Amino acid sequence: MLPLFKYHLRSIFIRWRSTVATILGLALVIAVFVLVQSLAVGIEKASANSGDPRNLLITRQGALAETTSVITREQFNIIRYLPGLAQDNAGQPLASADVLLIINLPRREATGNANVMLRGVAPAGRALRPQVTLVEGRWFEPGRREAVASRRLAGRFANLQVGQKFKTGGVELTVVGLFDAARSAFDSELWIDADEARSAFDRPDYSSVLVRPENEAAAARIKAALEAERRLKVKAVREVDYYKEQTRTAGPIRWLGNGLAVVMSIGAMFAAMNTLYASVGARTREIGTLRVLGFRRRSILLGFLLEGGLLAGFGGALGCVFALPMHGYSTGTLGWETFSEIVFDFQITPILAAQAVAFAIVVGLLGSFLPALRAARLPVIASLKSV
Amino acid sequence: MPVAAPIVQVRELTKVFRQGEINVTALHRINLEIAAGEFLTLMGPSGSGKSTLLHIIAGIDRPTSGDCIVQERNIGALNESELADWRNQNVGFVFQTFNLIPVLSAFENVELPLLLTQLSARDRRRQVTTALELVGLSDRMKHLPRQLSGGQEQRVAIARALVTDPQLIVADEPTGNLDSHSAADVLDILRRLSRDARKTVIMVTHDPKAAAYGTRSIHLEKGELTN
Repeated sequence: MLPLFKYHLRSIFIRWRSTVATILGLALVIAVFVLVQSLAVGIEKASANSGDPRNLLITRQGALAETTSVITREQFNIIRYLPGLAQDNAGQPLASADVLLIINLPRREATGNANVMLRGVAPAGRALRPQVTLVEGRWFEPGRREAVASRRLAGRFANLQVGQKFKTGGVELTVVGLFDAARSAFDSELWIDADEARSAFDRPDYSSVLVRPENEAAAARIKAALEAERRLKVKAVREVDYYKEQTRTAGPIRWLGNGLAVVMSIGAMFAAMNTLYASVGARTREIGTLRVLGFRRRSILLGFLLEGGLLAGFGGALGCVFALPMHGYSTGTLGWETFSEIVFDFQITPILAAQAVAFAIVVGLLGSFLPALRAARLPVIASLKSV
Repeated sequence: MPVAAPIVQVRELTKVFRQGEINVTALHRINLEIAAGEFLTLMGPSGSGKSTLLHIIAGIDRPTSGDCIVQERNIGALNESELADWRNQNVGFVFQTFNLIPVLSAFENVELPLLLTQLSARDRRRQVTTALELVGLSDRMKHLPRQLSGGQEQRVAIARALVTDPQLIVADEPTGNLDSHSAADVLDILRRLSRDARKTVIMVTHDPKAAAYGTRSIHLEKGELTN
């Protein structure tokens, strides 16, 4: 530990006005950094929460997402009778052929329209996604033009409350229930019966098939069998891996956050530099005294770097506190994979907070380097004569 | 006259400062020996070079030419880091303006030089307490400098100079900012250190009354010794 830790810690607060201004400036930078990054974390978390490690998702070879995939009924029939699939209580294989559609709906309070993902799911589809639970109303019935919306989506779009109707593509659907998808990607979806979706929207085929193999060995066998069967031209990936891949939307947000933080941190760096230069100027005699007492230049340099780091660390922590009220706040953005609205939360995780404080400390260290160097290089005699 | 083996030997010491295009000779071929336990006062008018000589002997400035040997070590040959260590271990400093660190208590100010040693916190505490007792301030340990009078501040500075138990104590006009009563207290402590603890004290002063506390006084004028 630095021998002069106490001295530097206390000195930070002597010129409290400039110290507070610097801390607040840094806090602002870090709050912006944390907020933008927490969006990216929210999207990544929503995707990470979506998959079940036991499930395999089967799509057309070459399709990057379910929305661009086509699985014919024949393909589905081959897939659902593959050996090694787990069965439900009725002895039916746990396989759900889903239809993914993108529909355009008006937002609440007439703020324009946006694309929303409509998923047609087979009855097995709900069993394969236990994180999706009904929280209001009832599930849709096959053969009826009924939909169940994510509760969070219903908070963002018009006519998605239980009992309300909405029209899309000439089809009128009645909302009969709301579900909660445990902050997963399904929170951005509307669900209807798969066959109803095909008939209402005139889709002969499905988009994807979700299956539950009996065990790990069966999963590997099914995957190998599907890849070896060239006529099928499908690929099977673990559902969790598929959603991990679907986090590309977070990429530009991360870049935006990093870019904003870097630009703003330049200003913060100068603020820290200014504060430290003023501090060094006001403490010239103290520095000279420390040098006379035997403290080396290196100690002085490290001490002032420590001050810059501490100052920035306080700013970083305060920035996290400023951003914290947004934690858990639900918002939405356009997903790059589907060009539809994805709903997610601001997620300020301990790791993100630690990264933010570390980033602030780096800014502080960079900003304090030149003043610290100046302090370390002050001539001893001239320092002692300083008023 | 020196009463024991010299602790400081200054030989043909010259110091030249460069001020713009002009060379200013602050010290010119000074030869001086100071014995262990001596209380030497350096006197002379402003700009005579007395503080410069004190700084060179204390290892915070370097001669342009000549040697300054302190405790058999030519300190002019030491590099910056060696000199910093040497100062910490061998010299105690007392300044006219006290030079205490305002954010640290009296105890913490005195403890500063010991932070560079290998002493444990317990040993440091013992030494700091002893030093503050020696200057009569054991009841002011937790006080910040601004809570002390000028005389008390200077006594804390003396305790800081003593705490590493150096052989050499240098004081640059230590009574310049004090009232006569506090000045007498400070000078008395310095005299006791020389007389009773056999410390070598070198003090720069303008004041003949202060110089009278020393065992020997030398005068400088225009960078040269006049007696």
